[in-house]
Amino acid sequence: MFEILGIPPQALFGQLLLGLINGAFYAMLSLGLAVIFGMLNVINFTHGAQYMMGAFAAWLLLTQLEIPFWIALVLSPVIVGLLGVVLEKLMLKRIYHLDHLYGFLLTFGLALVIEGLFLWKWGSSGAPYPSPIPGGVNLGFMFLPYYRGFVVVAALLICLATWYGIERTRFGAYLRAATENPVLVRAFGINVPRLITLTYGLGVGLAALAGVLAAPIQQVSALMGTSLVLVVFAVVVIGGMGSIMGSIITGFGLGLVEGLTKVFYPPASNTVIFVIMAIVLLVKPAGLFGQTK
Amino acid sequence: MNGRGLIGVALTVLALAAPWFAYPVFLMTALCFALFACAFNLLLGYAGLLSFGHAMFFGIAGYFFGHAVKAWNMPPELGLLAGVAGAALLGLVTGALAIRRQGIYFAMITLAFAQMIYFFCVQAPFTGGEDGLQGITRKPLLGGLIPTKDDRVLYYVVLAIFLFGYLAVYRIIHSPFGQVLKAIRDNEQRAVSLGYEADRYKLLAFVLSAALAGLAGATKAMVMQFATLTDVSAAMSGEVVLMVLVGGLGTIVGPVVGAFIIITMQNYLASFGEFVLVIQGLIFVVIVLAFRKGVVGELGAWWRSRRSTG
Repeated sequence: MFEILGIPPQALFGQLLLGLINGAFYAMLSLGLAVIFGMLNVINFTHGAQYMMGAFAAWLLLTQLEIPFWIALVLSPVIVGLLGVVLEKLMLKRIYHLDHLYGFLLTFGLALVIEGLFLWKWGSSGAPYPSPIPGGVNLGFMFLPYYRGFVVVAALLICLATWYGIERTRFGAYLRAATENPVLVRAFGINVPRLITLTYGLGVGLAALAGVLAAPIQQVSALMGTSLVLVVFAVVVIGGMGSIMGSIITGFGLGLVEGLTKVFYPPASNTVIFVIMAIVLLVKPAGLFGQTK
Repeated sequence: MNGRGLIGVALTVLALAAPWFAYPVFLMTALCFALFACAFNLLLGYAGLLSFGHAMFFGIAGYFFGHAVKAWNMPPELGLLAGVAGAALLGLVTGALAIRRQGIYFAMITLAFAQMIYFFCVQAPFTGGEDGLQGITRKPLLGGLIPTKDDRVLYYVVLAIFLFGYLAVYRIIHSPFGQVLKAIRDNEQRAVSLGYEADRYKLLAFVLSAALAGLAGATKAMVMQFATLTDVSAAMSGEVVLMVLVGGLGTIVGPVVGAFIIITMQNYLASFGEFVLVIQGLIFVVIVLAFRKGVVGELGAWWRSRRSTG
C-alpha cells in the first residue's frame, strides 16, 4: 500500500471520516445554539444534556418498547423537543428581560439537574446501541462502515434543510424578522412568544436528533454531552453566530481539522479547537462568519 | 459600639476559636473556597465579567505549588508565590484574549480556555495526569518558625492568607481603580467616552482575580497535600459561580457565606453521590428564577427596607 507523509491511508482516511462525523455533530449542535440565541438571547447550556437525552430516548425506546432506530430517529427529537417547550414555558421565559448571564446560569443549572438524574438512574458507564445498518464496504483506501457514511450524509442534509428553512421559507422569514425586531414583528400580528417557544423546541429537537445519530457510534451515557457542549461553545466563538451557513461550514471544518490533528500530532487533538479559537480571537474577534454588533 | 462593630468582634472571636470546636481541615477547605469565591466575585460582581473558567487558575496554582515544593524542593512560601505567579500569568494570556469579546461570549471563551487547560493538565508530565500530584508533604513555614504538621496551627496560617486576600479584594473595590471598574460594568461606552481605557481596566481586574484564585488554589494544595484534576475541571468553575450566587453577587461578605454554605452542604450530602449534582443544579435554578440577590443581598435589602420604614 502507498503512504501519504508517512501515514498509511487506512489511518488517515479513517480519522478523517471520524473527524467528519464529529464535525457533523458540531455543526448540528452549533446551529441549534445559534438559532436559539438569535430568538431567545439565551446561550442554551442545556444543549449537551438535551443531545444526551435524544440518545437516551432512542436507547430506551429500543430496549423497553422494541421501537427500531428509524422510528426513534423521528420520535426521540419530538419527545425531547416537547420537553424543551415545557422548559421554555415554565422557566426560560421568565428571564428574557434579564442580562444574558442569567440565561446561561439557569440553563447550566438545568443541565446539572438533568445529567445528575440520568447518572443517578443509569450510572456513568455507557450502554451500547446496535448499529441499524451493520457492515460496510472496502473502498480500497479505507473501510467505510455503512452507518458512519449514512451519518455524514444525513447530518449534511439536516443542516442544509435547516438552512433552507430559515433562509428561504415564510416561517424562516418571520424568525429572522423577529430576531431583528420582535416589537415590530409583533405589531404586524405575529405571535412572537409562540414563535420563541417553537424556536426553542426546534433547536432542542435538533440537538436530540444529533444525539440519536450519535447513539450507535458512541456509548449512550449520561455524560456524553458534557464535554461536547464545551467544544461546541468554542466552535460557536470561532464561527460567530451571525450566519447559518457559517455555523455549518465551521462545524464540519473543525471536525476535519481535529481528525487531521489526531493523525499527525495526537497529543494536541483534544486542544486544537481551543487553540484555533485563541488564534481567531487574535485575528478576527467577531468570529469567521460573525458581524461585530 | 454600633451593630457592625459588634458583628465584626463576634466574627473575629468565632474565626479564632473555630478550630477548637470544628474539624480544622474542613474549616481550611472552606476558607480556601471562600477566598476563591471572593476572587471570582471581584470579577463578576464589580467588573461585570462572567468567567466560567475560573477553575483553571485555582487548579493550575495547586499544581504549581505542588511541583515547586515537591520537585524543586522549595519552601512552601515560595511554592505559594509560584502558584500565584503561574495563575496570574495564565490570567494575563487568557484574559487578554477573552476581553476581545463581550457579554456572553466572554463566558464561553473562558469556559473553552479552561477546558483546554484541563486537557493540558491531563497530559502534562508534571501533573500526574489522572492520579494527580500526590504526597506534597507539609513543610514548616518561615524557615522552621511555624510547624505546619499540626492542623490547628496550619489553620491560623490559612486564616491569615484568607484575610490577606479578603482585605486585598476590599481594598481593590474601594480604590479609584475599583470605582472605574464599576463604572465600566454599569456602562462601558460611557466610561470609554470619559477617557478610561476599559480594556486595560478589565484586563487588570482579570489578572488580579486570577492571581487571588491562584492563591486560594495553592493554599488548598498546601492543606490537602495533593492537587488533582477536580480542581481544574469545568464542574469546579461552576461551583465557584454557585457559591457567589448563593452568597450574594457583588456583596463583600456574600462569597464567604456562599462558600461556607456550599462546602457544608457537600460535606453532609457526600453520601448521596450523583444527587449532589441534582441539588446543586436545583439551587442554580431557584436562585436565578427567584433569589437573584443571594443570602447576603436579600438580608441586606430586608435590613434596609426595615430601617427606612421603621
